[in-house]
Amino acid sequence: MATHTYDAIFIGGGHNGLVAAAYLARAGKRVLVLERRHVLGGAAVTEELYPGFKYTVFSYVVSLLRPEIIRDLDLPRHGLKILPLPSTFTPLPNGDYLAAWDDHDQTRRELYRHSPRDAEAYDDYGRQMFRMAMAVRPILNMVPPDPASLSPNDLLGWLRLGGHARGLSRADFHNLAKLMTMSAADLLDEWFECEPLKGTKSASGIIGTFLGPRSPGTAYVLLHHYMGEIDGVFRAWGFAKGGTGGISNALASAARAAGVEIRTEAPVAQVIVKNGRAVGVALENGDELSARYVASSLDPKRTFLALVDAQHLPGDFVDAIRRFKIRGSSGKVNLALDALPNFTALPNGPDGQALLHRGAVSISPSVDYIERAFDEAKYGRFSRRPYIDCIFPSVIDPAMAPPGRHVMSCFVQYAPYALEGGWNDAQREAFGDAVVDTLAEYAPNLKQIIRHRQVLTPLDIEQMTGLTEGNIFQGELALHQLFFLRPVPQWAQYRTPIANFWQCGAGTHPGGGIMGASGRLAALEMLKDWK
Amino acid sequence: MLPGTPFHSRTAPLNQGQNWRRWAGYLAASAYDLSPEREYWAVRNTAALFDVSPLYKYLISGPDAARLLDRIVTRRIDRCAIGQVLYTPWCDEAGKVIDDGTVARLDEQTFRLTSADPNLRWLHQNAVGQRVTIRDVSASTAALALQGPHARLILQQVSPADFDQLKYFRLTHTRIDDIPVTITRTGYTGDLGYELWADAADAERLWDALRRAGQGYGLTPAGILALDVARVEAGLLLIEVDYQSARHALIEAQRSSPLELGLGWTVALDKGAFIGRRALAAEQARGPAWQFVGLEVEWKGLERLYAAEGLPPQLPATTVRASVPVAAQGRQVGYATSLTWSPLLKKLLALAHLESGSAQLGNLVMLEVTVQHQRRYAPARVVKTPFFDPERKKA
Ligand SMILES: Cc1cc2nc3c(=O)[nH]c(=O)nc-3n(C[C@H](O)[C@H](O)[C@H](O)COP(=O)(O)OP(=O)(O)OC[C@H]3O[C@@H](n4cnc5c(N)ncnc54)[C@H](O)[C@@H]3O)c2cc1C
Repeated sequence: MATHTYDAIFIGGGHNGLVAAAYLARAGKRVLVLERRHVLGGAAVTEELYPGFKYTVFSYVVSLLRPEIIRDLDLPRHGLKILPLPSTFTPLPNGDYLAAWDDHDQTRRELYRHSPRDAEAYDDYGRQMFRMAMAVRPILNMVPPDPASLSPNDLLGWLRLGGHARGLSRADFHNLAKLMTMSAADLLDEWFECEPLKGTKSASGIIGTFLGPRSPGTAYVLLHHYMGEIDGVFRAWGFAKGGTGGISNALASAARAAGVEIRTEAPVAQVIVKNGRAVGVALENGDELSARYVASSLDPKRTFLALVDAQHLPGDFVDAIRRFKIRGSSGKVNLALDALPNFTALPNGPDGQALLHRGAVSISPSVDYIERAFDEAKYGRFSRRPYIDCIFPSVIDPAMAPPGRHVMSCFVQYAPYALEGGWNDAQREAFGDAVVDTLAEYAPNLKQIIRHRQVLTPLDIEQMTGLTEGNIFQGELALHQLFFLRPVPQWAQYRTPIANFWQCGAGTHPGGGIMGASGRLAALEMLKDWK
Repeated sequence: MLPGTPFHSRTAPLNQGQNWRRWAGYLAASAYDLSPEREYWAVRNTAALFDVSPLYKYLISGPDAARLLDRIVTRRIDRCAIGQVLYTPWCDEAGKVIDDGTVARLDEQTFRLTSADPNLRWLHQNAVGQRVTIRDVSASTAALALQGPHARLILQQVSPADFDQLKYFRLTHTRIDDIPVTITRTGYTGDLGYELWADAADAERLWDALRRAGQGYGLTPAGILALDVARVEAGLLLIEVDYQSARHALIEAQRSSPLELGLGWTVALDKGAFIGRRALAAEQARGPAWQFVGLEVEWKGLERLYAAEGLPPQLPATTVRASVPVAAQGRQVGYATSLTWSPLLKKLLALAHLESGSAQLGNLVMLEVTVQHQRRYAPARVVKTPFFDPERKKA
């Protein structure tokens, strides 16, 4: 038996790589994490790109992070604090707005103003989504069972596993089946009549997809985003102190405390495979490191098409990975501001702030608006009037900007990776302008208060994080790419066709978002494998 | 700021401890005095004035209004006379209670429905294709409950209506200080009492007129805490305390049918189709699994538990709205959802859900109590509700 320097090497220091490494180290293994960049976190990093102003560069809010990870790794002791993000504010072209506040009565009153019926439907809808999420949630903590034991046609069969669906009434079960197959817009049409409400709700169905709110399958994405609401930890989307880099730092600190060795600026060139077994990695600088197990937290395309020589993989597997859908559709604009934008619909008070700045601002006046934004992307253009989800990190955590100054995080869809004519500096700036122009229609002072802006196209996201096509979830959350089909059938249990080579990124079950579940489940599987 | 009701300009200055609670999104006084005791006694001895404006209220009118309501609620609306009011629950298809409230027939084709939860969507969903209009008048209608033995005397000072003729659960349209007011002989205290319905714009004048008229009769503005004691004495259940709306329930076990809530008398299985009828008929046939009963804690047994610790019985100052296990023969057979000390009866009372097998009148069960931080069981007997039922209520 060869002796290895490490028990396990994790390629990629994103949050999933860090979680997996920490779990293995806690089980007494010698673990190394290799990260290409100078910062840890991958798509969850905070960087000071303009002096004094900290951007939560890519991801910006958290809700799905598994509570058992927080407990197991003692993350609060390592600095994790998830602060509330209490509201969602949707400014409207007619100068009005729609807001969901953190108080039930207040929200009801606000919705009632727009539609008395929707004000009631909102509660019923919330309860139904809660029940659906309760039914689906157990799978977040479950290694997908062997598909051979299931009828592959029956995509819903897995819901019955372990009796998880037992608590569901028949009506709930039927609703769940619909949720799995419908479009977000159709689902919301069953409940609501108020366009801004439908627009804003439908937006969580399109995040990270190359789909419009009227495309089937988007209702499930909506549910995916609801999942974080039930565990009683955050119960909604929150903002991590220090940005999502704050989460990665807490994870890195917990991993180091457990004995994990972490190297940054250590890009891996290749997984070394001998006799069908992974035995170590080769760094870009030529160094070779040996390990009993190697695990990649990169997306499936990068993991299997770049890090591994195709000769080590079955041809049909390589084909399946090539077909894996990972279209990028999101961009990001980060702004350093002298003051807070003043929204016409709810102007700032004498303190230069309004209630809305504590929460999210959503540019989603209607389903049509978002669908139209998608139409442009479908034909290779970025949306001139995009869907934008903004937060003001410095309002929630003042340490994000110098006193009295602010940072603003804008998540944008759609920006197709495959832009007609390709992305270049001019296109990037034009995209940034479209975002700022759109926002300035609702907050006219915006242009005057911008000190610095960072515009990220899907290509930039890909180049910086390694996420193929800049797809934020390491692969689309489409039904045919979930659970025992993620990333591809037969290889959904974190193993790969190469012995001792594992996958643990968001491209595996249960998928994208700052959840840590892929990393944790992969680590637990690796430990089971340990003889 | 949470808004006040249309009476807020009058009630706010009276609220000595600024002791408010939330009721359907409005500020509602918990008590005006620093202690609710005097307000409770006003209900039983003189007259109490409650601001009940936060109730949801709907005006349902049109040729099909009666039909719509008959389809929704469990009682017979076709038999509801003009000027009559019915208390009724309403259910989902599975026969589980969604809400409870009153239906008042204002004229042949016009009804007012009151409810604890919003029901506009439910009404609309069931009104498809029917000739009805449904108006949410929750915010535009101010409501007061005038409750207690002097209630009639006070109304007689300010209204020409013939209150001697106004029977229990009937209504009359009248004027007070020239304000059009509908008065129903209804309430949530189990005492002689009336509820007054007026335009929100007239609320303050109405309040003032009643206060003036009530001066010589001990009229006392009263808050939710006093009401909560009186309604338990009256054996009246409260949504989200004594039962969960089927709409809010997350699991089956959280739902209750009217038969399980002691509301079997409201279920008119003979009236033709209504929502939940099939399920309720089946449940009726096999017998409900649960009963909602009154429990009277046996004083001696309670005293003994406390005496063992050298204490006199510790009694709750207000109604306890928490679920408390009830056992019999060493096994849990149910749970109490409202527990109150009746200052009038000098008894510790509870409203409880018991398995039908343990729910016979006179049955002895054990109610969990915490005595000096320790779990104990006090003997309690299943008794008839209302615990307090004065003749004047209907006389
Ligand atoms: C713009 C954007 C916004 C988002 N917003 C949110 C949000 O608000 N909330 C949310 O929950 N999720 C959000 N997401 C999704 C979420 O951030 C990701 O799904 C998640 O962070 C993926 O984590 P991971 O650890 O699986 O992979 P990654 O974060 O992709 O980690 C992979 C790591 O591997 C490193 N790496 C790449 N190649 C190599 C190599 N050859 N050698 C060594 N290291 C390498 C990368 O630098 C990276 O650190 C967003 C993503 C993006 C891009």
